[in-house]
Amino acid sequence: MTIALSTDGLAKSFGSLAVTRQVSINVPQGGRFALIGPNGAGKTTLINLMTGLLKPDGGRILLGGEDITAAPAAARVKRGLVRTFQINTLFLNLTPLEAVTLAVCERRGIAGHAWRTVGAHRDAVDEAFAILTSLRLGHDCLRLTRELAYGQQRLLEIALALATKPRVLLLDEPAAGVPRDESAELFSAIAALPSDVTVLFIEHDMNLVFRFASRIIVLVAGGVLTEGTPQEIGADPRVREVYLGNRGHLPATGSVGGGHAHG
Amino acid sequence: MLTTLAGVLFDGFAYGMLLFLMSVGLSVTLGLMNFTNLAHGSFAMLGGYVVVVLTERAGWPFLATLPAAFLITAAVSVVFERLLFSRFYRRSELDQVLVTIGLVFMATAAAAYLFGTVQQPVQVPSFLRGAWNVEGVSIGVYRTFLIAVAVVIAVVLVVGLETTRLGQQIRAAVDNQRMARGLGIDVDKAFALTFAVGSGLAGLGGGLAVEWVGLDPAFGLHFLVYVLIVVSMGGLGSIGGSFAAAVLIGVGDMACKYYVPELGAFLIYALMVLLLFLRPQGLFGRR
Amino acid sequence: MTGAVVRPLPDPHAFLARRARWSAPEILFWLSTLLPFWLFPDYLSLASQIAVWALFAISVDLILGYAGIVTLGHAVFFGIGAYTAGLLGKHGWGEPLSGLLIAATAAAAVGFLISFFVVRARHLALLMITIGIVFMAREAANALHWITGGSDGLQGIRIDPVLGRFEFDLWGTTAYGYALAVLFVAFVFCRRLVNSPFGLALQGIRENPTRMLAIGSPMRWRLQQVFTFSAGLAGLAGAVLAQTTETVSLESLGFQRSADVVIMLILGGTGRLYGGILGAVIFLVARDQLSDVNPRYWYFWIGMLLIGVVLFMRDGLLGGLSRLWDRVRGRGA
Repeated sequence: MTIALSTDGLAKSFGSLAVTRQVSINVPQGGRFALIGPNGAGKTTLINLMTGLLKPDGGRILLGGEDITAAPAAARVKRGLVRTFQINTLFLNLTPLEAVTLAVCERRGIAGHAWRTVGAHRDAVDEAFAILTSLRLGHDCLRLTRELAYGQQRLLEIALALATKPRVLLLDEPAAGVPRDESAELFSAIAALPSDVTVLFIEHDMNLVFRFASRIIVLVAGGVLTEGTPQEIGADPRVREVYLGNRGHLPATGSVGGGHAHG
Repeated sequence: MLTTLAGVLFDGFAYGMLLFLMSVGLSVTLGLMNFTNLAHGSFAMLGGYVVVVLTERAGWPFLATLPAAFLITAAVSVVFERLLFSRFYRRSELDQVLVTIGLVFMATAAAAYLFGTVQQPVQVPSFLRGAWNVEGVSIGVYRTFLIAVAVVIAVVLVVGLETTRLGQQIRAAVDNQRMARGLGIDVDKAFALTFAVGSGLAGLGGGLAVEWVGLDPAFGLHFLVYVLIVVSMGGLGSIGGSFAAAVLIGVGDMACKYYVPELGAFLIYALMVLLLFLRPQGLFGRR
Repeated sequence: MTGAVVRPLPDPHAFLARRARWSAPEILFWLSTLLPFWLFPDYLSLASQIAVWALFAISVDLILGYAGIVTLGHAVFFGIGAYTAGLLGKHGWGEPLSGLLIAATAAAAVGFLISFFVVRARHLALLMITIGIVFMAREAANALHWITGGSDGLQGIRIDPVLGRFEFDLWGTTAYGYALAVLFVAFVFCRRLVNSPFGLALQGIRENPTRMLAIGSPMRWRLQQVFTFSAGLAGLAGAVLAQTTETVSLESLGFQRSADVVIMLILGGTGRLYGGILGAVIFLVARDQLSDVNPRYWYFWIGMLLIGVVLFMRDGLLGGLSRLWDRVRGRGA
């Protein structure tokens, strides 16, 4: 089993507050990992560290066995480590077609071409349109991004990530703010990704986590509490305690023990 | 040789104090609301014209016009803040720059219309004129007065921010505005007050500057550049940083003009550009 | 999806082709730029000034309107172009087209150097770097008065006939034709650029730098490229002005000129190329018509107009016009 992404003793503090403590995880290729934990556990910080938006104070990040700890953010994307954002981070005044075409062009190394029009790069446009259609954004891809429904904007986050042909995809609460019935749909789209793409996602809805993750990492107060299959995590009393202690109000908490009860 | 150096240092320090008065308000408001107010120099100009009009036309004693310069500028600035600027806190930096530079143009043109383009003189009382001679170094009385005023105000500002409730609220809001709002601090009110005080200080600085540098409609734009240099070098929201940067620029400018007059202000601009290249957050800034 | 009417998917290629195609109003506009030769022969020197400023505004639009980088220092490049072309003309290199190329190259070279400073900073620091550089350039040009003529301006420029045939005449016929031709050629280049993947990348930087990082874009390099190109264009505009007026003043690299060009662009509308042209027309025609007004008071109205546009018409006159047009068409349909 090849390891797609791993961290080794990763640490980060803001002032005196340690938000990431000695995090060491291994995500094998093709895995569907969920990263869960109460608010403030440092989940998004971990993704920011992995993708280079933040610099770690200590530890290493390995992508496919290569040390990328010092690599700039754009270089990590080029090597296949790509993320989406919890808060929509989109080009609001471009159409989805333009946005995804831009991402495709950046990947193909033709985004610096300044003479031929975008439309003249037919392959890139076709590829972008195919990605949008596969995420059911085909009909609305000629409207401005700012005019799209919120759920569609969440899908566009994923479309932009896919356009970079990721080897490892980090999804930061892809369904955040999406109504429940739509979020399952959104996760179906994620589940349908090619199996060689490794996915690590943050999600609060335990139904979705247990349905779509092959393994779960539990982060508490910046450190890894435990890691295991959904069954193992569901049966772990420590996880239950963390969730009941901190987020007892979450409707999903009830299903922590129940495993895949909902479908 | 040494005496001229001492003279340059003294004058430069006094000039730096003027710059401090004119820039500290902008530094704090920028740190607080991230509002790029290019009209700040025009508020200083307003203070200058208040002093000129009250002394020369209304016959007020000079010292009485200084508080008036502070108060009138502060009042006018709050009107602008509430009516115009507050619409722009959430807008882009470009919009802020454009709307405030539009005001600079209007203020410059209005000053030219009302007062003409000639330099406005101001009479300071006799006990503020002249100079002492200390070991061959000429120490201007007025410049000493200027330093005293600025140092007192700096101390009042620092102590006020450290000890008063409003000061604590402002510091909290500069540090983390969202958290401050969460704690129930009325950030908008704190900001309006800060804005008024900051602009008032600029007006006071402008009023104090007239005796030394004169006053014409170009005053606002000319000092805007110096003020922005101080603010960007000092780091946003930092009183100590503004003070240090103002002294540095004041002394540097005076030294450049004395020792290499043919270069004019070139070295100051070059110094600023180089510094911002190396440390975009300013000498003392945290962000 | 069963039972639902299947909507046909839109055609992305047709959409993109439509965007890049020259539209009828565009062609009409460019044809109408020839009208001054016959309709306003007395205003040809004003018309060539407008062409110069329009080119300058377009150069600023590329970085401000498309890439979203605020600059108040672009007159530096305008001035470098003007002084380079002027000095060439003064010292015996009177051939205009090669003079243009040399001037634009000089401005672009300086622009490339300055781009390292510009891409490092943001917010106030960026603004101050652009302002600082323009004040530095002015002080330097003033200090080097034996080369630049200082505050008297650069005099004694001699420019040969364009292509060896068209002499620069008193009425400005050649001047306007020349300025218009340069503007049009530069415009065609810019139009291709903004419709290319590179142009899309610039808009991406304006819209969301964080997202640009996340799709792996070498943002800084892209910005440096467009800044250098834009500096070259500004230099071209300055060079045309120097060659057609045969004089260069210190103001050509002052702060006021930097601010003026940004104001024109804002009045016309950013991010559309034509906004800069429209802004230049309005600004300069108004200034010409109100020339009996003291220029100091003139800025009072400019300031007010600027505030009004930023408050009520954020996408400039062109943006307002296009919204009006959409509404009229929407009602008619």
